[in-house]
Amino acid sequence: MKRIGVFICHCGLNIAGTIDVNKVRDVIKDYPNVVHAETYVYMCSEPGQKLMRDRIKEFNLDGVVVANCSPTLHEKTFRNAAAAAGLNPYRVEIANIREQVSWPHEHEPETATKKAIRIIQATIERLKSNASLLPLKVPLTRKALVIGGGIAGMQAALDIADGGYEVYLVEKSPTIGGRMAQLSETFPTLDCPQCIMTPKMTAVSQHPNIHLYTYSEVEEVNGFVGNFDVTIKKKASYVDYDKCLGCGECAKICPKKVPNEFDRNLSIRKAIYRPFDQAVPSVYTIDMENCLKCKVCMRKCEPKAINFDQTDEYIDVKVGAIIVATGFDLMPMEHFKEYGGGEYPDVIDAIQFERLLAASGPTGGEVLRPSDKKVPKDVVFIQCAGSRDPNLGVAYCSRICCMYVAKQALLYKHAVPDGQAYVFYIDIRSNGKGYEEFVQRVMEEDRVLYLRGKVSKVIEENGVVKVYGSDTLTGRSIEVDADLVVLAPAMLPSAGIRELASKLRITTDEYGWLKEAHLKLRPLETMTPGIYIAGVAQFPKDITDTVSQASGAAGKVLALFSKEQIEHEPIVATVDHTICAGCGFCEAACAYGAIKVNPKTKKAEVNETLCEGCAACSAACPSGAAQVQNFRKDQILDMVEILARDY
Amino acid sequence: MELAYYPGCTVKSTAKNFEISAIASAKVLDIEFIELPRWTCCGTVFSLASDDVMHQVAPIRNLLRVQEMKKDRVVTLCSMCYNTLKRSNLLVKKNKEVLDKINNYMYEEPEKYQAGVEVVHFLEVLDQDVGFEKIKQFVKKPLKGLKVVPYYGCTLLRPRDVGIDDAESPTIMEKLLKALGAEVINDPMKTECCGAYHTVERKHIIKERTYKIISSAVARGGEALVLSCPLCDYNLDKFQMDVAREHPGFHPIPVFYFTQLMALAFGLDESALGLEYNYTDPKPLLLEKNLLGAGSE
Repeated sequence: MKRIGVFICHCGLNIAGTIDVNKVRDVIKDYPNVVHAETYVYMCSEPGQKLMRDRIKEFNLDGVVVANCSPTLHEKTFRNAAAAAGLNPYRVEIANIREQVSWPHEHEPETATKKAIRIIQATIERLKSNASLLPLKVPLTRKALVIGGGIAGMQAALDIADGGYEVYLVEKSPTIGGRMAQLSETFPTLDCPQCIMTPKMTAVSQHPNIHLYTYSEVEEVNGFVGNFDVTIKKKASYVDYDKCLGCGECAKICPKKVPNEFDRNLSIRKAIYRPFDQAVPSVYTIDMENCLKCKVCMRKCEPKAINFDQTDEYIDVKVGAIIVATGFDLMPMEHFKEYGGGEYPDVIDAIQFERLLAASGPTGGEVLRPSDKKVPKDVVFIQCAGSRDPNLGVAYCSRICCMYVAKQALLYKHAVPDGQAYVFYIDIRSNGKGYEEFVQRVMEEDRVLYLRGKVSKVIEENGVVKVYGSDTLTGRSIEVDADLVVLAPAMLPSAGIRELASKLRITTDEYGWLKEAHLKLRPLETMTPGIYIAGVAQFPKDITDTVSQASGAAGKVLALFSKEQIEHEPIVATVDHTICAGCGFCEAACAYGAIKVNPKTKKAEVNETLCEGCAACSAACPSGAAQVQNFRKDQILDMVEILARDY
Repeated sequence: MELAYYPGCTVKSTAKNFEISAIASAKVLDIEFIELPRWTCCGTVFSLASDDVMHQVAPIRNLLRVQEMKKDRVVTLCSMCYNTLKRSNLLVKKNKEVLDKINNYMYEEPEKYQAGVEVVHFLEVLDQDVGFEKIKQFVKKPLKGLKVVPYYGCTLLRPRDVGIDDAESPTIMEKLLKALGAEVINDPMKTECCGAYHTVERKHIIKERTYKIISSAVARGGEALVLSCPLCDYNLDKFQMDVAREHPGFHPIPVFYFTQLMALAFGLDESALGLEYNYTDPKPLLLEKNLLGAGSE
């Protein structure tokens, strides 16, 4: 390349506040093969991009270096801009002088300026040997996989299915509906989930484009965007779902009683069970861990649906996109020893209280405390149980507790008008449409007593759960002789999320929440193309936000499916067959199964559509035959030479 | 086993019963306490001000004494001494700058403190070095029928990185007392505050704390409280008489150091118990349970 242009971004003061950009320009403009160098306040803005397009034409540039932020942010932006001006996009390289220079060297501007010059020079050296590349075209399968059958997964599946594409919806429990199905009513509108969600559950089960796999898990995922190969494990339910009529005669006769997890162990189910009456599909499942294998159910079953010989079934499907919507768990009660969690029957968690409030719950909506089934007259709600508590490993706010506690206190007051509800809180976070008004209404109209402070201890004594707390607004210690204590435990990612994430090759954060590609601008996508996130699997959010994100993720999938073909990054490995000795080191190093030694020719060959361009093969190759396009070893060495020079 | 031993001020004065019984029962387990030469105040309360290095000198100087003894561990009895020494030690282990500053300040000392000493509480030694199963073998006079409530207070358990057990629901003393044959009663008040240094100026707080903690223990069937901190002992034992005057129906119960019950269960002579230093006389209870005097075995 003989005609290189360099564009140095100020990034407002992010770069220019530390680095002397004018000095950088003056040094770089005299660098060999550079014909033009220029600075601009925001290169990524439209005027900045236009500037670059104009200069490419004006100076007939054959290569461009943009010195700005990390390539993960704007490499694509500038490659597209270059393409618009007729330059091959792979003749644009980014010199990262923000994350690698101005930010870490904030207090040493001179060093920063020198380092920025060095990085730009090294990038120019690498650019000089860049090849012009064309994106690889790959066909795609226009079917989607949605993991998780809660409100997020259902909404995403319905939107994609309505768009005309097939969806495989995989849910690990025997019914769809998820957490929302367990709720009594929803804030702030007080809709009951049975009214607003069960129609969606039915729609999912009846939609011609949705293949519903309940009591199933994702076993294996291979491939890449547009072409994922997925193995679904349909766990043995020992009931033929096609034959089961859902009459329930089997459960009536089953002798084995098991705590019902749908009612959060506040009721009993049988070893053969349907989680709740409105479950979809409305069929029974045998929980083999608890089954006595007496087989009386088998004799009772008229349609002969029960089959004790059933085994796990594996189904292979091909999909083009995946949405992960695996939801959340609550921090186990055993973590709250100071509150007697897991020890006192009348200290319960918020979902248990939802079940006590729900008309479909174990008490038919009557609020009765677990220990003696009495109506509790004093109920204490403890917010931030575990949330915002780094001692318990959760530094974040779980976001929805302030609102659902207000709702629960209101529903309690409506159920027990002469009862008193107390809410201990740190802050009230009610930042949604109609949310603050709702909390005010609960405080003022329903006379719920809000106490700003933490509870230090809960002690059970003579049928009373004594709550010791403080009210920091009056500066007084508070003692409440409560009948029932409801904790709002921290929300945690679903169990098994890390395992699933590693199968999907997507990342999680330190807590296990799924990591989005960019928190602000790409919150629905993961760093792995073709895999999207919906709902609480990313981070705690309410139903409104969950449904919005689910529809958003579905929109992303539909946009992907509207393409003729998928473009694959051409930065892939190549093998120089004149050098390759067929040793197979590259094959062992490749995590994607993209490079293999051809047994006939004894030469390594690259499957370009599988290759992610990670260069593991190139590092492993003893002869230098395997190289990644535009990251060739000689290019890297050219960079090192500049960077290693003395200051 | 020989262990460097840091006593601290209270076990030499108001809490002599703690030290006497600890040394005697340790001997039964073949543990010899070797008292630090020239020990000073532990520092009493760990200073939380990050630039207040001066208040770390006392604890670190004591740890330097341990280093001079060529010992890598020092055992304490008093929970407060344990807490202060352990936290100061942790601070200099993590922060070399503070360590250097303290060493420079102590320039007259022939050695520099290398932060290589570990601070342990006697309960930890019993748990980890001896083991409660083994302790059972030394019990000659099981504390049968004695209903005891363990009480931890704060300094043995908090903050988390120096706590010897779970801060909210500790069980180490329960395990020991069960090994001694006592009937152990769990009381959720066992980690409540005893009132600590309010005992100097605001005695009403101590009385209120004592009333609550002892009443809770009694309500759950407790006949005696067991603890390991001389300050807790002072507050929760000495103040019971005052509480009884203010609350008709409140009857004081004995408060023991865990080591006293060890010495008792090991069948040691009454002189090893130091019962005369207890504020509430425990003899009537022990006689009633047939654990003291002639014909007790």
